[in-house]
Parts: sequence; C-alpha cells; structure tokens
Amino acid sequence: MSTKFSKETYLYWYGLMQTIRQFELKAEEMYKMAGKIRGFFHAYIGQEAIAAGVMTATRHEDPFITAYRDHGWALAKGTSANACMAELYGKATGCAKGKGGSMHFFDKENYFFGGHGIVGAQIGTGAGLAFAEQYKGTDNVVVAFFGDGAARQGMLHETFNLAMLWKLPVIFVCENNNYAMGTSIERTSNVHDIYKLADAYEMPADQVDGMSPEAVHEAMARAVKRAREGDGPTLLEMKTYRYKGHSISDPQKYRSKDEVDEYKDKDPLVQVAATILTSGFATQAELDAIDARINETIEESVRFAEESPWPDDSEVLKDVYLDETYEFITD
Amino acid sequence: MRTIAFREALREAMSEEMRRDELVFLMGEEVAEYNGAYKVSQGMLAEFGPKRVIDTPIAELGFTAIAVGAAQNGLKPVVEFMTWNFAVLAMDQILNTASKMLAMSGGQIGCPIVFRGPNGSAGQLGAQHSTAFESYYANIPGIKVISPSNGYDAKGLLKQAIRYEKDPVMFMESEVMYGDKSEVPEEEYYIEIGKADVKKAGRDVTIVSFNKMMKVALAAAAELEKEGISAEVIDLRTIRPLDWRTILDSVKKTNRLVIVEEQWPFASVSSEITYRIQKEGFDYLDAPIRRVTSADAPMHYAPNLVAAYLPDVPKVVKVVKEVMYSKK
Ligand SMILES: Cc1ncc(C[n+]2csc(CCOP(=O)(O)OP(=O)(O)O)c2C)c(N)n1
Ligand SMILES: [Mg+2]
Repeated sequence: MSTKFSKETYLYWYGLMQTIRQFELKAEEMYKMAGKIRGFFHAYIGQEAIAAGVMTATRHEDPFITAYRDHGWALAKGTSANACMAELYGKATGCAKGKGGSMHFFDKENYFFGGHGIVGAQIGTGAGLAFAEQYKGTDNVVVAFFGDGAARQGMLHETFNLAMLWKLPVIFVCENNNYAMGTSIERTSNVHDIYKLADAYEMPADQVDGMSPEAVHEAMARAVKRAREGDGPTLLEMKTYRYKGHSISDPQKYRSKDEVDEYKDKDPLVQVAATILTSGFATQAELDAIDARINETIEESVRFAEESPWPDDSEVLKDVYLDETYEFITD
Repeated sequence: MRTIAFREALREAMSEEMRRDELVFLMGEEVAEYNGAYKVSQGMLAEFGPKRVIDTPIAELGFTAIAVGAAQNGLKPVVEFMTWNFAVLAMDQILNTASKMLAMSGGQIGCPIVFRGPNGSAGQLGAQHSTAFESYYANIPGIKVISPSNGYDAKGLLKQAIRYEKDPVMFMESEVMYGDKSEVPEEEYYIEIGKADVKKAGRDVTIVSFNKMMKVALAAAAELEKEGISAEVIDLRTIRPLDWRTILDSVKKTNRLVIVEEQWPFASVSSEITYRIQKEGFDYLDAPIRRVTSADAPMHYAPNLVAAYLPDVPKVVKVVKEVMYSKK
C-alpha cells in the first residue's frame, strides 16, 4: 500500500504521539496515586494527532503559544520529558524552574512561548509574536493554539481583525474538542463551525480532521506556506476530542461513555500504528521496542523529578524584575 | 443550631432572594447545567429554570456588560465569576461603567448588581490563578467590597447585598473555604454591610484580617495566648466601606495593631488601615502598626514557594511579638 507520507514521518508521528500519551498517563498517575503533582492539571490525551501534524508542517524556529493544556506542546517542541515532569513536581530543574507548574510550561530555547491560564489571552499574544517576526523580517510563522471555549472570547475578534489588517504571519489553530469544561460547543454559540468565524474578516480558514496527523499536516502546510510568503493568517479548526476530563477534578457528568468510546475508535495512535504495519514501515516487534524506549524515558523523568531539588525559598522574590537592584516591599 | 457548608450558605442566600424577588437572576460560566464550577449553585437551575440561572460562554467582558446593562434597566443580576482572576477581563465594565454610571448620569441611573466568586490563592495554582483582588476593587469609588470569612457571615452579607444594596457590590469568596462548615440558623437574617466583627476579644494587641486569612489570624492568636499574649481579633467582613472605628476602638484598648491579609503589600488594605489608624489614633499607639501580607511578587507554583509567599501563623506570631517588644 502506498502512503502520502514517508516512513520517517509516520515513525516520527508514532513516537511523538506515544511520548505525549505515556507522559500524560504517567503524570496523571503521579498526581492521583502519589500526590506528587498539585494544582490544575489538563491532559492532552486524545488530541495528539494535532501535535504530530503541526510539527511536521512547521520548523523548529516557528514560535508556538497555547493555553494551559500545554504538556503535549512542550514535548512536541523539544522540551525534555525530564524538564516537563520536574516542572509538574515544582522542582528547580523544571522547564520554568518549578515556578509555572502544569499550566505554565515555557521553553524559549525551543521557541515555546507557553502555557497560559487566562482563556483566550494567548490568541492575541500569539499575534504579537507574529508581529515581531514580521517586523524583524524573518520568515518564521507563529502558531497560536486555543480551545473551542476560548473562541467565544472577544479577544479572538480583535485579534483576527488586526492580524488580517496587518497580514501577520500567524496561524490560529482552534483545537475543538467539543467542550469547554462542562459546556458543549452547541451551548456557547449559534455558530457551531468555528472556522466560519474567520469569514467576517475574510481570513482563509479550514475545518480539519484533528484525529488524523495526515489531515492536520496538509492543512497546516497550506497555511504555513501562505504565512511564510507574506499572505497573512489562517484559521484552522481541528476537530478533536479529549479522552480525559477537563482537568483531573472533573467528574464528566455532561457526556456519555459511549461518546468518549466513539472517539477512542478513531484513536490516532491506533490509526498510525496500523498504517505503519500495513505499509511495512515497521513490524509489531519494532513498534514494541519504540514503546519500551519511550516508557524508559518517561520512567526516567519521574526519577529525575523525584531526585531534583526544590527551588530555594529565596526564589519567591526572583524572576519578578530583571532589575536585580529592585527593592521589594518585605513587610 | 444546624451546620452547613460555606457554599450552601451562599446558595441559600441567592435562592432565598430569588424566591422573594423575580428580578433577581444568576449568570455565569458553568452555573446552571454543571451546577457551578465549585458547586455553589447546585440545584438552582432545577428550581429556577434557565431564564433565571443562566450559563454563559467564556466571555467575561461580554456577559458582564449584559448584566450591567440589565441592572441599569431594572433587573437585579447576580454574576458569578468562576474566579476573580477572570473578572479582570470584565474590569472595564465594572470600573468604567458600573461604578461610574450614577455619577455620570447625575444620579439618574444606578447599577444594583452583585458580582461574586472565589478570590485569592487556592494552593498550587500558579501565578495567573492566585491574585487577591480586594484592594484593587476597594480602590474604586462607587462600589462596595465584601470579603467574608465564614458561612454565617457570608449568607447574611450576600442576602443584604442582593436585597438592599442599590450600588454595585463585589463579593469575594475562596475555593478553599467552600467546604468549611459553620452554624447557620434556619431563620432568615441579614448582616449590615460595612460592619467589622470582633471574633475574639483580647487586651494586648489587635489583629485585623478578613477572608481566609482570618484562620491564620485566629490560629496565631491561639498560639500567642499560650505565651500569655492576649490578642483581639477583628474580622473586617466588608473592605469598602472600611469600618475603621471598630479597629480604632480596639486599638484604644490594646495600643498595638497588626494586619494580616493576602493582598500584595503596595497600596493594600493594610496600607489604608494603617493611614486611618495613625491619623485617628496616633496618641493611642505604643508601637508602629505592622502587617503580614503576601510576598511582593506573583505567586509561584512550587509548594515551598507557595508557603514562603503566603502569610502564616509563625510570621504573624513573630510580628506580633515585635510590636509587643517581647524578648522571646
Ligand atoms: C478568562 C478565563 N475564564 C475562565 C477560565 C476558567 N476556565 C479554564 S479552562 C476553561 C474551559 C476552556 O475550554 P476550551 O477553550 O474549549 O479549552 P479546552 O480546555 O477544551 O482545551 C475555563 C472556563 C479561565 N481560565 N480564564
Ligand atoms: Mg474545548
């Protein structure tokens, strides 16, 4: 059977999606069973195909920004599992020195501008990152991710207008998992197809199967080309699903188990593994070996986080101002 | 007397006022079908229906504007913010419209509205979910700010705000107090806004606090009691208007004042109290007025940094001993 994408691409997708999935499952375990992780925790499980397809359609220097459901994006951009797990633990070796936690992963070296907690805010900030790329004359493209719930914030409209007016090199990716906490998309607007929100600004837009890395890659590649060539932004609505609750504390009474299972049948990891096997890109034994390697990486991240030191108490007043002589009020 | 949780006390306050007055309605994110992000409004949709218990999209500026408009045009909205951190998006409507309508219209159009929700930190939630906003809103003329520490006070104050207040009210709760139990009578009652409450009488020093920091203040007082220091503990309950007279009366007796709050220190509630008491009670003070606030920084995630950031019992005990000039 011939495939549109190469063996390397499929194996990369498989490895990345499996890394994200295993990381999230392990982290959730360390939260629930071991109490090692606290605060809000939003798993990316179910949405991995978006990370896979977006990664192969972009370059490393293309800045990404997202909301609090950010573990998968940091891992995709190249933040180590060690730095991610340590951040969840609140350790000094985390990707934000233990200062951010689950919702605020950051990794500037890997062009990951974070992990934001105010719904919708990063839509505008993402356009600002793109403004800087345009200003500096690079051909980098910014990808700003947000949820279906975030699409109802006024921020989206102001940003879409500005981004079109100034033809900013930004791709707005709505990860539409059908729910904003307990509220299904039909209950938040008259417009259920989020990609149509672009029409009012004459912004190019697409609705994409977010469970398929192939479809995500293709739509992203078109949008990236347009932005790199100076033709401005695109809105991509990725139809996806989160398998877990909104956060760890969500009892999920608003949806049925059947609904969740229906999506699990389309699971991107299962789909990609099947393509790899039927195309002869790898044997089951080879996939098992990949899984085992990933598993070892994730287990190692737990050991690393466990053994890492806490930030020093003096860090409370550090990273507040770059001005090191700043005199804080201390009583 | 029966004992109920803080969240139930709030729910009873809203439900009782909604039964009394058709013009009162509740609006906010996840308040109806999900029964409230923190289950404060549990069962209210079932009782009052979707016309009066209204789920909104995540659009704080938009739905706040709707509520502010509705208040100007005869309704009495209660708006729940999932937390006050998100109300920042609606600040324009609160500051530039709600608080100023009466003044701008020469007294013609007021804005009887209650904004409520959890405020301040709630464990390791990181910088964007942990701000305590009392001092922000208390800075604004035209609005009132309430910040109760227990279910009993919360119910009486919220009922008062919904039923009798004609001006915009900010009502600040706390995620970590919603499960707290307190004695709340079956009979209806109201608590006047703008009245502090002496929660523990004492002789040697006055400790003023509010909201969940009252627990720290009371625990510190108990600790000090063991060492022979008798602290009077005052719960502000309302931040604006500030009941400085109750504080002054106490200071006249104790001659010492320590304020404990979760705000950042600059231009905080303690700054305002300190100004007022040094002006009105200068001759009664035997020591500088002191305070324990949150650290002058965003709150970080790591557990030890959260602990280092917040006021706690040892910090309060230490400062009290300093104003007592005690040697130990
Ligand atoms: C301004 C603001 N309002 C409310 C919240 C609380 N909140 C956090 S996530 C969320 C739902 C967001 O849903 P969506 O945008 O679809 O993203 P998803 O969680 O599905 O990835 C809400 C209401 C918040 N963090 N910020
Ligand atoms: Mg969603």
